[in-house]
Amino acid sequence: MFGFLARERTVAGPGFNRWMVPPAALCIHLCIGQAYALSVFNLPMTKLIGITESAPEDWLLTQLGWIFSLAIVFLGLSAALFGRWVEEGGPRRAMFAAALCWSGGFLVSALGMHLHNIWFVYLGYGVLGGIGLGLGYISPVSTLIKWFPDRPGMATGMAIMGFGGGAFIASPLSVSLMGMFSSSTHIGVAETFVCLGLIYLVFMMVGAAIVRVPAEDWKPAGWQPSAQPKKLMTSANVHVNEAWKTPQFWCIWVVLCMNVTAGIGVLGQASAMSQEMFGVTAAVAGGIVGFMSLSNMLGRFFWASLSDLIGRKNTYFCFFILGIGLYSLVPHTGSLGSVGLFVICTAVIMTMYGGGFATVPAYLKDMFGTKYVGAIHGRLLTAWAVAGVLGPVLVNYIRQYQIDSGIPKAEAYNTTMYIMAGLLVVGLIANSMIKAVDSRHHLAE
Amino acid sequence: MSGNNEEKTSGLHLLLVWGLVGIPLIWGLIQTIEKAMKIFV
Repeated sequence: MFGFLARERTVAGPGFNRWMVPPAALCIHLCIGQAYALSVFNLPMTKLIGITESAPEDWLLTQLGWIFSLAIVFLGLSAALFGRWVEEGGPRRAMFAAALCWSGGFLVSALGMHLHNIWFVYLGYGVLGGIGLGLGYISPVSTLIKWFPDRPGMATGMAIMGFGGGAFIASPLSVSLMGMFSSSTHIGVAETFVCLGLIYLVFMMVGAAIVRVPAEDWKPAGWQPSAQPKKLMTSANVHVNEAWKTPQFWCIWVVLCMNVTAGIGVLGQASAMSQEMFGVTAAVAGGIVGFMSLSNMLGRFFWASLSDLIGRKNTYFCFFILGIGLYSLVPHTGSLGSVGLFVICTAVIMTMYGGGFATVPAYLKDMFGTKYVGAIHGRLLTAWAVAGVLGPVLVNYIRQYQIDSGIPKAEAYNTTMYIMAGLLVVGLIANSMIKAVDSRHHLAE
Repeated sequence: MSGNNEEKTSGLHLLLVWGLVGIPLIWGLIQTIEKAMKIFV
């Protein structure tokens, strides 16, 4: 019955244009990128019973915060656990499963809102949706790398840029849907979740239908693999179970974790930071966050494409060296009272935060080969799950400690920024330790 | 679909699939840029 999902049924015939594959990947990533826009539902979900204001029986923001955290934890876990299943079964089966989990998560959550039972929302969006996130995130990665052996960074950058861009669509769409479904007796969140779930189901199924894998002997017309092997680019393959026994895997894990922790630290606090450091209004702070989100998305494509030209290791050196300087400069923008300089610094930081996510699949492909890159990428995403907890915890607790110690709010972020710069030093050291994988780890072909 | 069957991609196919993802993305980008412009107001 599900034979059309099999890998062998997705092998492209002669004449298939590889530029059909990035839109298939974008169909998935633009949908699951909604996760970054979940916060638009926070306040409405605290008024499901009270409608105009929160009633005593309504959910609290602290309870709702767990929904996103659960989803990110299950993203990391499912990517790590199912990475090999995704790799071996092909992208269509994985995209199909991701679509069912992701849209199913919305429908179960909507039921939870209708019954006003938060456990359904935790189970729906947090667990089921989180699994959809993990499967969807890694599903097109190795396929794109195989279709674009000449530009692997650009290809994966394009898909992962979609994850950053998904929130741009979801945020205004959710607001207008809620406006459409709300009434004096109803807030319209559950109906919005049903609509989003169905829209995402259709969109992701289209992605699953059009995705193809290249034939075994396929290569781009006129392209020849470099005759001279590059130092950090292997033509061999490393098995996923062998890869994580290598120091290279853990060095890249630290590189990603440090880059993401530092980036999340700024992204999560940008609105409060700009208001407390410069006294700007909430609307201007919202504009700054929007500008940072744009930088995050564009950085994914820019840095990953650049990495095809300058190499992955050098790209991460740029992130860390430039990042250390910029994080150290942020406190001075406050003392100078320069909002413009603050916006420039944080925007560049955000391009590198997004660029870190987008460049890492090609880094793994260079180190471990293409055969298991999707599965290895899945295991590496546990670094994201760790950073997702570490970044906000570091920023929030240090800021609170500074305020409790009597430091003015405008200066409460200075120490945090220097600590973030310190984390980037750790990342810089880990990146400099990355060497080619020893041939004893290579698969016998 | 099998790897041996001819599977010619037409320009219309490409236009359709890129339009499918490109149009919503551009719409979302415009919304976000409008929001970001508040920095300069």
